[in-house]
Amino acid sequence: MKGMTMTEKLIALHCGKDYVVPGELVMANLDMILANDITAPLAIDEFEKAGFDKVFDKEKIALIMDHFVPCKDIKSAMQVQKTKKFAAKIGIKHFYDAGEAGIEHAFLPEKGLVKAGDMIIGADSHTCTYGALGAFASGVGSTDFAVAMRTGQSWFKVPKSIKFELVGKPKRGICGKDIILHIIGMIGVDGARYCSMEFVGEGLKHLNMADRFTIANMAIEAGGKNGIFEVDEITKQYLDEHCSLPYNVVKADKDAEYFQTYVIDLSKIDYQVAFPHLPENIKKPSEWGSIPIDQVVIGSCTNGRYEDMVAAAEVLKGKKVAKGLKCIIIPATMQTYLDCVKNGLAEIFINAGALISTPTCGPCLGGYMGILADGERCVSTTNRNFVGRMGHINSEIYLASPSVAAASSILGRLATPEEI
Amino acid sequence: MIAQGRVFKYGDNVDTDVIIPARYLNTQDHAELASHCMEDIDINFAKEVKCGDIIVGGNNFGCGSSREHAPIAIKASGVSVVIANSFARIFYRNSINIGLAIVECDMAEKINNGDIVKVDFSKGIVYNITQNWQCDVPPFPEFIQNIIQNNGYINSIKKSLGEV
Repeated sequence: MKGMTMTEKLIALHCGKDYVVPGELVMANLDMILANDITAPLAIDEFEKAGFDKVFDKEKIALIMDHFVPCKDIKSAMQVQKTKKFAAKIGIKHFYDAGEAGIEHAFLPEKGLVKAGDMIIGADSHTCTYGALGAFASGVGSTDFAVAMRTGQSWFKVPKSIKFELVGKPKRGICGKDIILHIIGMIGVDGARYCSMEFVGEGLKHLNMADRFTIANMAIEAGGKNGIFEVDEITKQYLDEHCSLPYNVVKADKDAEYFQTYVIDLSKIDYQVAFPHLPENIKKPSEWGSIPIDQVVIGSCTNGRYEDMVAAAEVLKGKKVAKGLKCIIIPATMQTYLDCVKNGLAEIFINAGALISTPTCGPCLGGYMGILADGERCVSTTNRNFVGRMGHINSEIYLASPSVAAASSILGRLATPEEI
Repeated sequence: MIAQGRVFKYGDNVDTDVIIPARYLNTQDHAELASHCMEDIDINFAKEVKCGDIIVGGNNFGCGSSREHAPIAIKASGVSVVIANSFARIFYRNSINIGLAIVECDMAEKINNGDIVKVDFSKGIVYNITQNWQCDVPPFPEFIQNIIQNNGYINSIKKSLGEV
């Protein structure tokens, strides 16, 4: 019997097997499942059509209203209302509306509802974020979520694993976003399709939890089924601060078999920007040119954490956003929003001419709160730059880190923080 | 089961944002979603698609968001099957779960817009009637075949729970 990767071990543990191999189809038990105001209503339709009237565990389901909240129109308000009524009827403990929580993938770890060793599915593709905590977490659709609400289980094909061994220390200013954009540029948007992306190595000690959440978050942008980090002292400290429940640390066996292995030297990574219209279209600063931009968005489940806000504030402090450019800053949770107010970041942002929104996914997916017009260009710390993603089909999105986005908002073109 | 129709051909990495833009995700109405299907990649699709027609893509079809609204919009448009070199994994399982037929086919890139294509699911063969060739496609694993035979994941689970 050969060794197993972290993902193989977690799947085996949750389906009552000693051993699983890639390609095997299994039914696994789930520790937490989640959906949002877009995907929950569809799941509720399926749940009710199926005649289900009870859930597997009222405390292991999270319904987080975050995409179109506070509601942008009547239809989106109806979606939240429908989800809220359902949660009340069934007695689901973790229902959160606008003002209570924030963006699901920033909120659940902060609230301690997801932890190392968990098996998690969410009806949102960026559910893979929780892999930063050493959990198996993967995005699914509404039907999978509806069934999981009833059974507490989901089917999985055991993925092949790709090992990313991180070595070296990142240069000053380089963060998780630059690292994951570099990786996606290297392997492509389907480079990890159906695979697990496993992040290990001595370079981990230079990455804080915000960096790791950003990296795991964008595993899906390389086609990954999940992204997972080896648990270390940094993870444990985060879990001890946020989570009161016991957690389970799973490490890969020494003889685990990987489909591919990449060694990533963090010290060689520069600022990265993904040009339109795919996250793999990566360019380094010398290739950015001076294309004028109309909008900057700093936030999202990818880069809306407090550390991201600090990175933006360090660049924006005492500076002004370029005339005619909108800079929209969205702390991802109410706690982060409060911390921005208490610690003076909000004042820095407003004095710079940026605007601060309450937590929402809004602009990232072209929902509301920053829709782009014909031909407009946006530098965004979000995760996708597909055609029409943030608005008009002739608009353009450039994906970047918070510090690059902040610097770009000041100069009105793509810029590194060192240029400020 | 056999599907046959005219092909709407697209390239690699067709993402769920172009299949159904998020500005329409404030509804779950299947017909309304279908009326905006493929809007940001092919403004004429919803007007021109006929029941039984086929969508063909390249690699990584359906990448991006987990929105099940994407396969729903395609299915509600009357599309009988989506053929692609490969599918993004969430789109793949969502399609199976809701009963939208999908086929992974190595020859997908050889199929042209407007071709008439037939898929025989029981034999596992894709026929390009216009170009006069055929190609074998791999069968689904038994577990997935069971979902398809039960017309979706909900029905197959209901059966296994004894709730039907």
